[in-house]
Amino acid sequence: MLVDLLFWALAFVSVASGVAVFVVDSMARATYALAVSFIAVGIMLVMAGLEYIGIITILMMVMEMAIMAVYMVMYMGMNPALMPMDMTHSKRWSAVLAVGTFVLLAAGALLIPWPARVGAPAADLTASLGEAIMGPKMLAMLTISPVLFATIIAGLVIANPRGRYDRWGDDLKRGTPNDPMRGGLGR
Amino acid sequence: MTEPIVQVSPAWAVLAPLALLLFALAGAGLNGALVARSAGRPVRSGAGAPFAQVARLLRQRRQVTVAADVLLWRIGAGGLLVVAILKILVIPLGPWTLADLDVGVVWFNTMDVMIWALFWLIGWGANSAHALVGGYRFLSLAVSYELPLMFALITPAVAARSLRVGDVVAAQHDLWFVIWMPVAFVIFCGSVIAFSSWGPFATGAGRDIAGGFLADVSGVDRLLILTGRYAVLAAGAAFAVPLFLGGGAGPLLPDWLWTIVKTALVLAAFVAIRHRVPTIRPDRFAEVAWIIVLPAALLQVLVVAIIAVGS
Repeated sequence: MLVDLLFWALAFVSVASGVAVFVVDSMARATYALAVSFIAVGIMLVMAGLEYIGIITILMMVMEMAIMAVYMVMYMGMNPALMPMDMTHSKRWSAVLAVGTFVLLAAGALLIPWPARVGAPAADLTASLGEAIMGPKMLAMLTISPVLFATIIAGLVIANPRGRYDRWGDDLKRGTPNDPMRGGLGR
Repeated sequence: MTEPIVQVSPAWAVLAPLALLLFALAGAGLNGALVARSAGRPVRSGAGAPFAQVARLLRQRRQVTVAADVLLWRIGAGGLLVVAILKILVIPLGPWTLADLDVGVVWFNTMDVMIWALFWLIGWGANSAHALVGGYRFLSLAVSYELPLMFALITPAVAARSLRVGDVVAAQHDLWFVIWMPVAFVIFCGSVIAFSSWGPFATGAGRDIAGGFLADVSGVDRLLILTGRYAVLAAGAAFAVPLFLGGGAGPLLPDWLWTIVKTALVLAAFVAIRHRVPTIRPDRFAEVAWIIVLPAALLQVLVVAIIAVGS
């Protein structure tokens, strides 16, 4: 009973703070409203017996939101993010899309003939969830992840405005790198 | 004489914040005493300074800044203490723990990440330049603190083959982890100090930016932040005990008392370091963290993993 109440309270908090993201008029508030929503979801995951996944969700999401706030403020240069501002744009179309998606998913959840439960939940839910998601696709993941990782590295190397040739000269022969600000190791 | 760790009734949770506050007070008292000694004033008056400070801040009127984001400001100010209390839930006091989580080590780490947000919120809420600079100064280095800390935290977990704090304590039955993973211990201590924005890492509240995120907080808010800082420091010191210092293991005294004694010693070292080590320049620290500290932490995990697999 108490667990049910807590679950519904968390569900309400997660949806309400999700709504708050678009209602509030400040970048910082929108960001941290989203963080609150994720924290509520993380606790619900813990309640479902997925301790590791729930807590790691909170960890990752709070970290991401903290960094996202910085980037949102940083990139909102022409429209000062330090001032109150509207968090929505293209209002009519986004409302149509949001309501449509909600109706579709909710109808799916309600109308689908869910199968009855067979067997009991596994002892280690996190491990069996990982097995279910990754098990048959391990080979594909092992192939894709190096490619993805290489893509990230390559993207960074290309995009980095201060790569090694900028820092050490065209033939990489400069004694000390040409940096606007030197790091702690004098490099 | 280490006993298996058991989870006690949640009713005891009332005592946990009290104990934490006592540790925070002791830390503040030691800091006051050290300040007084270096200024040539009587040590006893310095040790009592926190009481005077509490009385002063409780009576002080709140300073108000223009267009402050009061909600986020208050969350930031009050949050530090809450996070510190949540941290100690998984720390066993001798044989007793409040929450015997399967993933206690990750829980502690998650609470550390909350601090990223809190210091930035304190800086943001005031709507003033110096406070904002202080908040950004902390957050921009948080990754440099966090990654070495994460690897320092998993090192004992790798050796114990478990993320449960109780298992980590049990794995130190023969040999304390601090002895064969000293690098991880030092990095852990450094990161705890950094996440408390304390001592050499206190640049977010630095004097060069007029107190940074502390510049505009006053009254009860300031009291909560300063207390929360000591509480986070104390919680980190307390977590070093089950992680590296054998938990409640020790001769003669009962396990719970050893936990308290060890925590007090680590906390004293954390507080004292402020008076021994100069401030680390924030603009230069990132490179040191990524090029020296992080590889050192990784090497430590590697060595520990090889030993753990081999044994």
